[in-house]
Amino acid sequence: MSQRFFRLPSVRPSLAPWTYGFIVALAMWIATTAYAGLGSAGATVASALAFGAFSVVVGTGQMLVVASGPGNIDLSVPSVLTLAAYASMTVMHGSDGLILPGLAAALALGAGAGALNYLAITALRLPPIIATLAWSFVFQSLAFNFGGEATLKPPAALAGFTALQVGGLRVMPLAVMALTLVAALALRRTLFGRRLLATGQSERAADLAGVRVGRVRLLAYMLCGAAAALTGFLLSGFTGGAALNMGDAYLLESIAVVVLGGTSVAGGQANAVGIWGAALFFNLMGTMLNTFHLQAGVRFLLTGTLIILIVAIVPRPRAA
Amino acid sequence: MTDATTTDAVLAARRLGLARRPWLRDALGVGLPAVALAAMLAVIMHIRPTAMSYFGFTLLFKLATPLVFAALSQMLVITLGDIDLSNGSFVGLVTCVTALFLADAPVEALLLYVLAVAAYAAFGLLIHVQRLPSIIVTLGMSFIWLGLAVILLPSPGGAAPAWLNAFMNWRPPLLPLPIWIALLAALAGHLVVTHSSYGAVLRGAGANPRAVERAGWSLLGIRAAVYAAAGSLAVLSGLALTGLTTSGDANIAPSYTLLGVGAVILGGGSFTGGAVSPVGTVVGALTLSLAGSLLSFLQVPPTWQIGAQGVILFLVLAGRILVAEKTP
Repeated sequence: MSQRFFRLPSVRPSLAPWTYGFIVALAMWIATTAYAGLGSAGATVASALAFGAFSVVVGTGQMLVVASGPGNIDLSVPSVLTLAAYASMTVMHGSDGLILPGLAAALALGAGAGALNYLAITALRLPPIIATLAWSFVFQSLAFNFGGEATLKPPAALAGFTALQVGGLRVMPLAVMALTLVAALALRRTLFGRRLLATGQSERAADLAGVRVGRVRLLAYMLCGAAAALTGFLLSGFTGGAALNMGDAYLLESIAVVVLGGTSVAGGQANAVGIWGAALFFNLMGTMLNTFHLQAGVRFLLTGTLIILIVAIVPRPRAA
Repeated sequence: MTDATTTDAVLAARRLGLARRPWLRDALGVGLPAVALAAMLAVIMHIRPTAMSYFGFTLLFKLATPLVFAALSQMLVITLGDIDLSNGSFVGLVTCVTALFLADAPVEALLLYVLAVAAYAAFGLLIHVQRLPSIIVTLGMSFIWLGLAVILLPSPGGAAPAWLNAFMNWRPPLLPLPIWIALLAALAGHLVVTHSSYGAVLRGAGANPRAVERAGWSLLGIRAAVYAAAGSLAVLSGLALTGLTTSGDANIAPSYTLLGVGAVILGGGSFTGGAVSPVGTVVGALTLSLAGSLLSFLQVPPTWQIGAQGVILFLVLAGRILVAEKTP
């Protein structure tokens, strides 16, 4: 079956799996514009890009973990995001001069959380889904206790940066696009990227080839934690402060954008650019369903149906 | 899921000498959560001796019943090497259907349950035929169940039928109801999944699908049947939950999804497919639902309770590793 699939594309060229997100996103943008009028077309894209950027940062981290082998997943993403947002807000204390220390604190916390995740997976030999879930409970409690009442405003310069526009273009989505390019190049050209994909394809083969499998996975989890923390840092600048539920939406979304973006859940195959397509799809769908004034229940129903439809239609990424 | 992980698991099991002694692996799976459960009960009894009574146990394990069924439902899906992320929102949908229709229109309610279970089986078929990753399909399903539940019942409400309510508060002889249900569920699970010939085929389909297919079984049929059975157990979970809370709520049970996975793993199951223990899963579910009570008894502040539950999960699972390493 899979053998036959490999030969097919040469006869009948088909679209790469990661392009589907972009196509569906485009269709939704057209539908929204057709309904709401041409005047809103630009604003719709701008807001999808702005909100999509956050999903992309979280998703890129999740992608590294998912690509590192079957069963690898990080469920602690939302709680790390929230905890890092509170930590950086506390460090910065609303002062522009402390933005860099705040960023460093968030990144260090995220990387540390990722290291703890991986430690629990190897030391206790737990399935990643359980290990990261248990840690996420702990991180959530920490955020409850150390961030609960603090309603610190983000420094003006950080809030300004997240909303900064140059020549009508928002800067932050562009910066995140640069990040996506770096991630895509790193997967293809750097030693870490090659080792990560090799580990994901076959742990034993990678091990025999001299790849230090444990270190590669550790780095993947640390980068994922750092990406979640970076999102928390930026998001609190964008929304005017940290909030206890700010990460909740990103648990399922981070998994969905990674898989819809063309990364294989079996590991060993990753696509950084596709995450943008899936993230735009998610945000434009939200806008579209809002524009149509649909009830919340119908919105959930359509979201679920579309996720399953896209996964069912898209040809399988060739791995495992 | 892949051959590589299966071989790893087999090698690891052989290193521990478990392959030659399957009973030892089973005993480990059930024993550790049971020890954890006993330890928690001992602490609670020490703090409040009056809890050691029929009435005390009824209260302590009151909310365990729905979780036991949800965990068994998750266990069936995990047996096939899949995972079900929609379990909790499906239970929420069932509470909405139950609270809205079961009292006044029982036939319609039953029809809706049957439809929902058929939908579960259909998604199982879709996963099998298209070879889709279950994690993403069930993620989509969770949105569908939630959406349907919110359409039916936009805000929590409705009323459970009086008989359901009365049953969940029934005081049977000898043991409290939640304990009876847990015992019966564990026994039924053990007989069907661990002891029957169908159970062997089911576990085989998770561990080595190709061999089961060559032996003449239809993997398609097995997957559809397993998803239908998982859906039915989730319906039972929703019924029990509605009987306890007396109303329907779309967002009442999202935590069941991951708590169910936790109970399966706690009970000695693994994601490699085919390796699950129904008795262990039931004990795991009881352990997880008692953890909440224990933390209140220890007067852990509410803000720390979630974190403490994470720590308990680590402690019990760490015990599993320690014992497994010391076993020759």
